[in-house]
Amino acid sequence: MKKPTVLQAVFYAALLAALLAFPLVVKGTFPTHVMIMVFLFAMMGVAWNILGGYAAMFSFGQAAFFGIGAYTSTILLMNYNVNPWIGLVAGGVLAALMGAAIGIPCSNLRGHYFAIASIAFAEIVRIHFNNWKFVAAAEGLSLPLLPDSLKNFMFHSSKAPYYYIILVFLLLSVLICWYISTNRMGFYLRAIKESHELAKGMGISFVRYRLYAIMISAFLTAMAGTFYAQYILYIDPESVLILPISVQVVLVAMLGGAGTIIGPVIGAAILLPLSEITRVWLGYKGTGVDMMIYGALIMVISAYQPQGVWGYLTSIRRRAK
Amino acid sequence: MSEQLLAQLINGLLIGCMYSLIAIGLTMIWGVMNIVNFAHADFLMIGMFTSFWLYTLYGVDPLLSIPVCGVLLFLLGWIIYKFVVSKVMTGPALAQVVVTFGVSIFIANAAVFLWSPDFRMIEKPLLQGSWIMGPVRLSIPKAVASIGSIAITLALFLFLRKTKTGKAILAVEMNRSSALLMGINTERVNALSFAIGSSLVGIAGAFLSMYYYIYPQVGGTFGLLSFCIVALGGFGSIEGAFIAGILIGIVQTLGGYYFDPAYKYAIVFALYLVTVWIRPQGLMGW
Repeated sequence: MKKPTVLQAVFYAALLAALLAFPLVVKGTFPTHVMIMVFLFAMMGVAWNILGGYAAMFSFGQAAFFGIGAYTSTILLMNYNVNPWIGLVAGGVLAALMGAAIGIPCSNLRGHYFAIASIAFAEIVRIHFNNWKFVAAAEGLSLPLLPDSLKNFMFHSSKAPYYYIILVFLLLSVLICWYISTNRMGFYLRAIKESHELAKGMGISFVRYRLYAIMISAFLTAMAGTFYAQYILYIDPESVLILPISVQVVLVAMLGGAGTIIGPVIGAAILLPLSEITRVWLGYKGTGVDMMIYGALIMVISAYQPQGVWGYLTSIRRRAK
Repeated sequence: MSEQLLAQLINGLLIGCMYSLIAIGLTMIWGVMNIVNFAHADFLMIGMFTSFWLYTLYGVDPLLSIPVCGVLLFLLGWIIYKFVVSKVMTGPALAQVVVTFGVSIFIANAAVFLWSPDFRMIEKPLLQGSWIMGPVRLSIPKAVASIGSIAITLALFLFLRKTKTGKAILAVEMNRSSALLMGINTERVNALSFAIGSSLVGIAGAFLSMYYYIYPQVGGTFGLLSFCIVALGGFGSIEGAFIAGILIGIVQTLGGYYFDPAYKYAIVFALYLVTVWIRPQGLMGW
């Protein structure tokens, strides 16, 4: 990994400063809400990328981890009065364990088989939560309202604290992804992606590294789930466990460029404002127009620009040199 | 108790035959092109709506809509292949997985836009009611649909084994580059398989419209089940998909009856996960 040039360093510093200043400069809740959703999905896209981008495990079941994160912290808070920050870690650990449990039977599956197995897993989780009395089944859970504080992970007067928390989460995820990609594990995962047999022949413990990737990805996605529960303050299976969430995570990563560190962030920055704004403008009557645009966009990107925006920029830069 | 069991088994078998017909189109596309058509069940929905509108606007019985649906979906499949799917055939694996998700979201929501998300039904199809044979109530439309689906599966089987075009499809499925070297126009075979696969699911839609609710999101559950059936049966194996479809129909019905109806699909997905753990290539795959 080469060191960033001065220009790049200045660019990233300026970007970070702009992001930090955003809630102070821009007033109004809607822009802040859109930015929070961008960071939330960027974080999940980065987490997905560890699985799908580096190790070619195309998971379409990230919603299961998201939902487990959201439900674990919420149940711990409601039933046992456990602080949401502890709930966040607990949700992450539980999701990672679930990831490992599902990762072992799926460890030999490739391509479409893995994708379908991940959907099957997420659907089992969704069906179960829809019928599980302990988590109020399909009724969903409303979080108890606690006073504003960082310790309570709850803020009613302003969205700005949520903005900074999710920004920190996102930076943390990007750092983890960067660390993985520049270290042994990243090279192993890419070797597995290139050729299962070759990687096996070189003595890379195929199952172990795939499991690590699933567990890290699940942990980060569950963190995003807890954040979502604390932010929206209401969860039910149809809002945190459904397939469209998993699909959106994949799209965020793919639109920006799968297998790159910054790709999912770019993807989220394009896709989320688009989907939030079309939803507000066109989708209020449930006419389906917003989702038609969304579906058409997916077709066009995958058919004509499958490397994603970041991949496109990189190829332009290479050609210029 | 055993009478109940028999009734459930027959019910499962009937549902299973329908699943088989839906899944064989999918497995054919998967086998030939190595692409999972996530929009497959939305083609089913288009077939159901075609049958519904022909009935509502022109009074055409679903039974007569079967060929119309077959032809219409054949054309739709051809168009989708030419303008969308063929573009990703040489692209990255992820694009191949995702592209048909886009098609699926687009079609399902176009249906919401055009026809609203309401549930509809064909009020008085020609075939209705049921035969009562002792403890077993056999729904006539379901029975006819099952016989039809078996007949169509057999016809597909003969087409692939006996005709020149069918053999070309099988050859591409076995080895694309060798088939190309033998002078087979693989691009045409791709388009044809995609169109035939879509046509089969359109026919299934016409059958299903005789006794099932018709709404834009109807594809959701059928889609997930047919992916499981195809993967369970084995990559591209039509026999496998046929057997797995019936198996899943029976498992779903028995699981719903003896365990909990809310969990019937969860049981099917769990069965799928267990099977691919033991046999990653599916029941009849290689």
